[in-house]
Parts: sequence; C-alpha cells; structure tokens
Amino acid sequence: MHQESEGMSMNFWSENLPKFGQMFGAIAIFFAVLLAIFFIAGKANGRTARPIAIVVFLGPALLLLIFGLFGPAVKTLLYSFKDSYGQKWVGFHNYHWLFTNQQMRQVLVNTILWFAITPIATTALGLFLAVMLDRMKRESIPKSLLFMPMAISFVGASIIWQFVYNFANPGDPQTGLLSAIVLKLGGHPANWILNGPLNNFLLMIIFVWVETGFAMVILSAAIKAVPADIVEASALDGASGWKQFRGVTFPMVRGTFIVVFATMVVTCLKLFDIVRTVTGGNFGTSVLSNEMYSEIFVRFEQGKGSAMAIVLFLMVTPILVYNVYNLRRERAIR
Amino acid sequence: MKPSKRQSRKAAKIADHNPGRKLFGSRVATISVWIVTFIWTVPTFGILVTSFRTKTDIVNSGWWSAFTHPHFTLSNYHAVIFGTADSGLQNGVLPFFINSFVITIPAVIFPIAIATMAAYCLAWVKFRGSDALFFFIFALQIVPIQMSLIPLLQLFTGGVHIGTIRIIPPLGIAGKFAGIWLPHTMFALPLAIYLLHNFISALPKDLMEAAYVDGASHFTVFRRIVLPLSIPAIAAFAIFQFLWVWNDLLVALSFSGGTQGIFPINAKLSAMVGAWGAHWEYLTAGAFITIAVPLVVFFSLQRYFVRGLLAGSVK
Repeated sequence: MHQESEGMSMNFWSENLPKFGQMFGAIAIFFAVLLAIFFIAGKANGRTARPIAIVVFLGPALLLLIFGLFGPAVKTLLYSFKDSYGQKWVGFHNYHWLFTNQQMRQVLVNTILWFAITPIATTALGLFLAVMLDRMKRESIPKSLLFMPMAISFVGASIIWQFVYNFANPGDPQTGLLSAIVLKLGGHPANWILNGPLNNFLLMIIFVWVETGFAMVILSAAIKAVPADIVEASALDGASGWKQFRGVTFPMVRGTFIVVFATMVVTCLKLFDIVRTVTGGNFGTSVLSNEMYSEIFVRFEQGKGSAMAIVLFLMVTPILVYNVYNLRRERAIR
Repeated sequence: MKPSKRQSRKAAKIADHNPGRKLFGSRVATISVWIVTFIWTVPTFGILVTSFRTKTDIVNSGWWSAFTHPHFTLSNYHAVIFGTADSGLQNGVLPFFINSFVITIPAVIFPIAIATMAAYCLAWVKFRGSDALFFFIFALQIVPIQMSLIPLLQLFTGGVHIGTIRIIPPLGIAGKFAGIWLPHTMFALPLAIYLLHNFISALPKDLMEAAYVDGASHFTVFRRIVLPLSIPAIAAFAIFQFLWVWNDLLVALSFSGGTQGIFPINAKLSAMVGAWGAHWEYLTAGAFITIAVPLVVFFSLQRYFVRGLLAGSVK
C-alpha cells in the first residue's frame, strides 16, 4: 500500500513537473525575444527611429487584436450567411431560422428577460448599498463580504447556489436552504431548477449575487467623490434622506451609474458559465450565448451559431456607441 | 494624486459630522447593509460548512444543523485532493490545480507586457491616426469571445489562407498550454490597453520631455521611466487578469481540444458537476479548493484590485 502510493507520487511528478518547465520556458523565451528586439531597434537613430519604435511597440498588440478579435468578428459575419459547413452562401436563412424557429423563441425570450432584468437589478441594488454604506460607520467589513463573490468563478457560484436550490424528494429531509425555508413557512418545496419559468429567475439571482459587489464598489467611490459642501448646503436647506438622494446624490453620480449599467449589460449578454453549469441550457433556461456554444461545438452548425453571435453583437452595439461617444467627450475636455 | 486623496478623506470626515447625512438614520443604513451582507454571505458559508460534513450527515440534515450537532471531517478534502475510485478522480484534483497555475501565470504576464508597450506608444509616440486607433482598440472590448472561437481554432489547426495561398502555417498549438495562453492574451488586450493608457498618458510630461531632450530613445524611456512608474496600474490589472483567467471556463473548454489533461481546475470542476450530481461532499470540497486561490488573492490585494477597477470608470 505504502509502496503503491509512492509509485503514484513518482508518476505524479513526472507528469506534472514538465508543465512548469513549459511555463517558465515560455516566459523566458517571451522576454528574451522582447529584449533582443528592444536592443536591436534601440540602435536605430535619426529618421528611422520613430517609425521603428511605433512598429515595435504597437505591432504585437495590433497583430494579436487583428487575428484574435477583429478578423474573427468579420469572419463570423461572413459565416452567418453560409450553411452549416461554411461552404455555400445561404443569404439570411440562418437569421430567418433564428427568429422563426419554435425552440429559438424560448432562447430569445430568455435572453431578453436577462437583458431587461439583471443589469438594472444589479445596478440598482449596488446603488442602494453604496448609499447605505456611505451613511454607516465601519463599512469595510460588509464591503469586502459583499464584494467577495466577484472573486468566485461563475462555476463556483453555480455550485454554491445549486446547493441553495437543492431539492430532495418529499419525505426525505430537505437540505437545500430554499426548500427548507419554504417548508418552514408552510409551503411546498418544488424541484426549483427543473421548473420553468421560475428557474430562469433563480439563475438570474446567481448573476445578481456575483455582480452587485462590482456595482457597489464603483458607485460607492463615486458617492464619496461628491463634494461635501454640496451635501452640507442641501442639508442646511432642509433636504435629507430620500430628498437629498434624489436632488443631490443621484444627479452627481448619474454618469457612473450609466457606465456601471452598461458594463452589466455587456456582462449579462456575454454570460455563459452560469447557464452552462447549472442547467446546461435545459429545462427552458438557455440564452443566446449558451445556445451559440451548443450550435457550434455540439451540433456543428457553424452558420446558425455565427448568426447568433452577430445578433448578440448587435444587441450590445448601442452601448459601444454610447461608450465611445462618452470617451471622446471626456478626452476633449481633458 | 496623494493630496487630493487626503482632501477627500478630510471631506468624508466633515460629512460625518454633517447632520444632514446622519439624519437619514445611520442606524437604518447599518441594519439594512448588514442584512444584505448576511444574505450575501450565507450561501458561501453553507458550502464551506458542508464540505466538512460526512456524506450521511449531508443527506440527512441541512448544513445549519451542524451547529447544534457538530460533527466534522476532513475526508472530503482528502478524497478530492488525493483521489479515490469513488470520487471518479484517480489522481485527485492536484494536476488540474497545477494546470490552473501553468495557464494563469503566463496569461497574466504576456498581455500586460504587450499592452504596456502599446499603451505607451499610443500615449507618448503620437502619430497620425493614433487616437482613432485607440478608439478602435477600445471598441474591440465589446466583441463577444464566442465570436472568436472558431476562427482562432482554425488558425491553430489550419493556418490562414487567402484563396489557395497559405499566408500563415498551422500553429499546431490546439490542445496545448500555448493554445490557451494565446487566446487569453488576445482577449485581455483591449481592456488592458485602455486601463494602462489612462494611467500612462497621465504621467508627468516634463519628466518624459527631459528624457527625450537628453537623447534617450523611446526604448530607454519605456524601460527606465514608464515601466517603473506604471507599477501600480500594472499590479491592479494583473490582479484583475489573474482572477479572470483563473475563473474562466469558456476559453479553457474551447481551446483544450477536449483533452482534460490540460484542463484548469475550474473547467474540471464544471465537468465533474454532472458526474458528482449526488456527491455534495465532493462538489462542495472541490468548489472550495477551486475558489480558495482567487479568494486569497482577492482579500490580500483587494485595495489594488479596486483601484484598478476604478481607473477606468471614475475620475
């Protein structure tokens, strides 16, 4: 027995040590190449120095972005007009399928539900907490605990919440927190995850749980930045509580509120892990980002998957336009 | 930067004495915050407690009853870490834990190096169109990663062709660690360049100009001035990226080429959810092992992390 476990540990190291070798090797090569290029390019002087510097500094990033994001985006656009194998042009067939197929209707409705509920719920709750934190003492402990889910992966969060939603057959002891609470209140626990459309909202709760801390931290910083004399002046005028919030605080943090909201919309639409881990998109809970993955990697329907990607992209485009507009204005002021 | 911070802290102190802010019952605020905090913490706490309970206990009573009948064990962690036949993991999760580090560390270092260079160039080596380029990069943040999966996989396995002419040969890194580092590096660049550009463009102009006048090349300025001064921003983004890569599922699933040999622990855990459906003792212990590293990173470096997040959104 002892020998066997020793043999296993030998095996373990012979399998896993080379991984570290690969890692350190890759890092070493990366920096060696970088330093060599810097050294050679740094020798250049006169009129060539500037263009060479631009190419060396910007080249790697641009190459990676073109091959990693821009090129694929264009390619996906083309594929969305082709058949499953990317061979024949099929016009708007994939889009037509996406918007008329019975099963897809459920996916689209779910996506829109997520889109309509989670960003505003997360941002509003984050704002509420930020305002309340601003009015209490010793805020650092609750702040850390509220922010903690940000560090937990969506997979981890899914397991945490599946345990809350766990359901045992009637008669067996209910070990899931939600079932136990419902039972205590005199209700009948159900198999939460399987029952639509409620299960969609249970999945959204996981998202809100993860992302609220992010919204809170950023809005909290914005509220702290509201000049004290403005708050003071409004207090002297007799404004307090809700009135002060509506008249002074909120207008001052509106910009940040919108930025956080926009970030939440993008995160929500790209969301993949929660649905994937908890239900795998079954039981009427699938959303576009999950369905896209299934189409491409499970059913090998490249055309349809690409069309979904484009629809998703179009849904977030208004936010992109808004963000770029804001950024340009901000830089113009600077 | 520093005096303004001190000022704001002073301002916050003044606000504390301000009756208007206090009037709206600081007690109500305190209580409501603590109620939400309690609700927010209970689910995580529940699996932490469960991971130390025996299988029979978990099935027969809720985790909250562990407080009235304390009975804890480390055997779940032992089974998950070292593996048993029953847990479906012969060698335990350690190989996947190692994979996570091997994937994450280069996937943090590479994009930071490349993004810092690009951010310096866009901020200080201005050229015609550099602003437009900055907006273009910023805009790429919005491309859903799912869009890139197929084209990137094709690049890795088939290279790039225009017509029948091969421009780039197959990279042959699908299913290897490099095949995961590269996509992570690519996907991190827009946000990294944006955040670092915000910081680097705000470096003191006099300092940079003095160096140029002294005849320093861009490479010298970058190494001697920009890099050392950007450490706070780089650290902030490093934490952000570390959490992102460690917690990622999509990239790991797509680019591991189905070989679980290079799965990070998060992907492995996700794969085991199905297999462990009824084994809450393994699932909870496995989940806690997976989230332990990011939690440690998060709590020890929280301050820098928050600063990094704020760099892009609050002025």
